[in-house]
Amino acid sequence: MSSRERPLDRTTDAPGAELLSLTGISKRFGKVLVADRLQLRVGDGEAVGIVGPNGAGKTTLFSMVSGDVAPDDGEIVFGGRTVTRLGAAARCRLGVGRTYQVPRPFENMTVFENVLVAAQYGAGVRGRAAADLALAVLDQTGLLPIANRHAGALTLLQRKRLELARALGGQPRLLLLDEVAGGLTDPEVEELAGIIAALRASGLTIVWIEHVVHVLVRSVDRLLCLAGGAFIADGSPEEVLRDDTVREVYLGGGPELTAVDTAGPGEVAP
Amino acid sequence: MAWVNAVVQGILLGGLYALFACGLSIVFGVMRIVNLAHGDFAVLAAFLAYSVADATGLGPFWAGVIVIPVLAAVGYLLQRVLLQRSLGVGPLATLLATFGLSVIIQNVLLQTYSADARALDIGRLASASLRISGQLSISYLALITFVLAVVVLVGLQLYLSRTRTGRMLRASSDDPEAARLVGADSRHLYGIATSIAFATVALAGVMFAMRSSFDPSIGPTRLIFAFEAVVIGGLGSLWGTLVGGMVLGLAQTVAGQFDPALTLLAGHVIFLAVLAFRPQGLIPARST
Repeated sequence: MSSRERPLDRTTDAPGAELLSLTGISKRFGKVLVADRLQLRVGDGEAVGIVGPNGAGKTTLFSMVSGDVAPDDGEIVFGGRTVTRLGAAARCRLGVGRTYQVPRPFENMTVFENVLVAAQYGAGVRGRAAADLALAVLDQTGLLPIANRHAGALTLLQRKRLELARALGGQPRLLLLDEVAGGLTDPEVEELAGIIAALRASGLTIVWIEHVVHVLVRSVDRLLCLAGGAFIADGSPEEVLRDDTVREVYLGGGPELTAVDTAGPGEVAP
Repeated sequence: MAWVNAVVQGILLGGLYALFACGLSIVFGVMRIVNLAHGDFAVLAAFLAYSVADATGLGPFWAGVIVIPVLAAVGYLLQRVLLQRSLGVGPLATLLATFGLSVIIQNVLLQTYSADARALDIGRLASASLRISGQLSISYLALITFVLAVVVLVGLQLYLSRTRTGRMLRASSDDPEAARLVGADSRHLYGIATSIAFATVALAGVMFAMRSSFDPSIGPTRLIFAFEAVVIGGLGSLWGTLVGGMVLGLAQTVAGQFDPALTLLAGHVIFLAVLAFRPQGLIPARST
């Protein structure tokens, strides 16, 4: 789906312009500081990967961008508009698409209906065009053969794909992927990576949290490492994975881990 | 033949119970709110129809046509203004809020209309019936009520499965947070769900008031019947609600054949039996 086909006339920025920016974002859950004055800039069309140890605040970061969780402090600007106080539904309609780490399909609805509601409400498409959009997304994500199955009856791979398809149904400008490869076998991961590569090629802006590092590094332009609620590294994937601090806190150190970025699909980073 | 009659009357009565129950089922299904004032809103609709008929000289059916959209609007406002706030506090808050509404409605009705029993006068229709044999006759009113109930339930089912808003109501019922994530304005959506529920309970209240006398205190009994129909049928399934209403109606009329004193007891016993042996209900949600 190219951006030309988008029925909604969302403001399109010049290529390379900033699509998302987080300034001084802080969030505390009780005594735990999950975001400590975070700064993040994502350009239009950029693909950014985020790695970090468990509990680093990665998913909370997504929740603050998608509008599920309000930051205690700071400002979020999306597509030139301050969205810090905007709810999740409004941000979705502006073009923020998000997948949950643990898929949360609407279980009592069919796969097609799951994507259709996203097309109707998120993308704001009506009637026949909404059904066409949903079918195109199902085709793109390989779910067309099971479009009429109940979402509650799907396998993990199918659920992960549906999570992606539902986010795409809202025709996002920014796609937030939360560990879409987690728990999948290598061939399954490769299939998903192929779909995401195609999305990236179509110009969609992607921010991807992933523990399956070898897939992530060849799918993104830029890699960040989040630890203790702050970004401790930001750069090309190779640079970041070679960084001593990153290896210390995330990869756990050790010489064998330098091979991570050249590892084949058979290996999964810790 | 008396038994056949009891069965037929039970099924027809079940339609009325299903009509009472479907609004309760929708409000619980979409928002997880148990509306303890559900029965009182039915009684409120009955009194409003009584007043409209009294003031305008319109027949009770036309009074009902006026009252139903009024209650739908009340439902939308109530959700946006009161219930939405209590939802943010937690499930106990919604119970307390609707319980409070129940007390307020009963007392306002008592103050306005006194404790006297009233009835909506439908003239000859009240006693007119389709005579099938000496022992079996079907009241036109009961038949009309049953047909209305089936039409409403089928219409709601189609609305939920075929329309844009209906689909989003189901999505929101499955996972409200994920529904917001795909662009649903949950406050408006919840308002729509409540207004649909109030329209159906208003219809149920008006139809009830045509067949029985009513006074400000009967709401909670209506709530219990509606609640039992929902549980017997299975939560979240409208077909289940129709079946649940019919099972409840059947239990009451058939037991009444043995001894009129058993009528209410039999309904409660069936309800408890379903809770104990088939807590998911006779027709659980997934089979729709």
